[in-house]
Amino acid sequence: MISISVQIEDFDVGREYRQLQAGNTEVGGIAVFTGLVRDLADNPLAAMQLEHYPGMTEASLQQTAAQATARWPLIDIRIVHRIGKLTPGEQIVFVGVSSAHRAAAFGACEFIMDVLKTSAPFWKKELHRDGRGHWVEAKDSDQQRAERWNNED
Amino acid sequence: MKILFFGSLREQLGTGELELPLPDGVNNIGDLLTELKQRDAQWQQSLGTGTLLCAVNQVMAGEAAAINDGDEVALFPPVTGG
Repeated sequence: MISISVQIEDFDVGREYRQLQAGNTEVGGIAVFTGLVRDLADNPLAAMQLEHYPGMTEASLQQTAAQATARWPLIDIRIVHRIGKLTPGEQIVFVGVSSAHRAAAFGACEFIMDVLKTSAPFWKKELHRDGRGHWVEAKDSDQQRAERWNNED
Repeated sequence: MKILFFGSLREQLGTGELELPLPDGVNNIGDLLTELKQRDAQWQQSLGTGTLLCAVNQVMAGEAAAINDGDEVALFPPVTGG
C-alpha cells in the first residue's frame, strides 16, 4: 500500500515506523530515511520556506512510489513531505519502505528519495538571519544520483 | 486558461496565477512563452532563462506540448524538495 502526505505539521518517525509494520509478520525489514533542515555555517538560516504545487506534488510522489513498487517486491511505502516555514533541525521529509527482505527496502528507499529530489514539485527558499532570502538551486549531483537509476537494474 | 507560477519565478513575476483566454495563434507551450515574454522586460528575462520546467494539467510537458483553452499550465524552475 502507498500512503502519501504533504503537510505543514511535523511527523513522528516512531509512529510512522510502527505503522509500516502494523502487525504484518510478512515484513522482514523496514528502511526509513528522514531529511532535516540543515543550517549553513557561513550564512546562518533563520528558516527554510517550502512551497509546492497542490495536486501535482501528491501525484508525482504517488507515481514515484508506484515506480518503486514495480521495481522491488515491497509491502508498504509511506512518504511524508512538509511545507511552510521550517527552522534548522526540523524534519522535512520521511520515506519509509517495508519489504520481506532488506535489499528491496534499502533500494526502494534510496530510489524514492533520489527521484523525489529531482522530480517532485517542491521549491525551497533559504531565509537568512540577515533578512535576505535565497532560492535554493537544483544541484547537478542530485540529477546524477537520480539518473543512475536509469542505468541500473 | 489558467497559468500558474512557482518558486523564484512566482516571486520575480509578482504573481502566482493568471487567468486568461487562450491567446490567438497560441497552440503550444512554446507559443505561450513567446506571448507572455512580450508583457515587459521582467517577463522577457524571467521566462527566457532556458531552465524553466512546464506542466500541462499537472503533467510534465515540453515546449511542443499542445494547449487548449481550459488547460492548467504551470511554469516553474527546477525543483528543490527533499
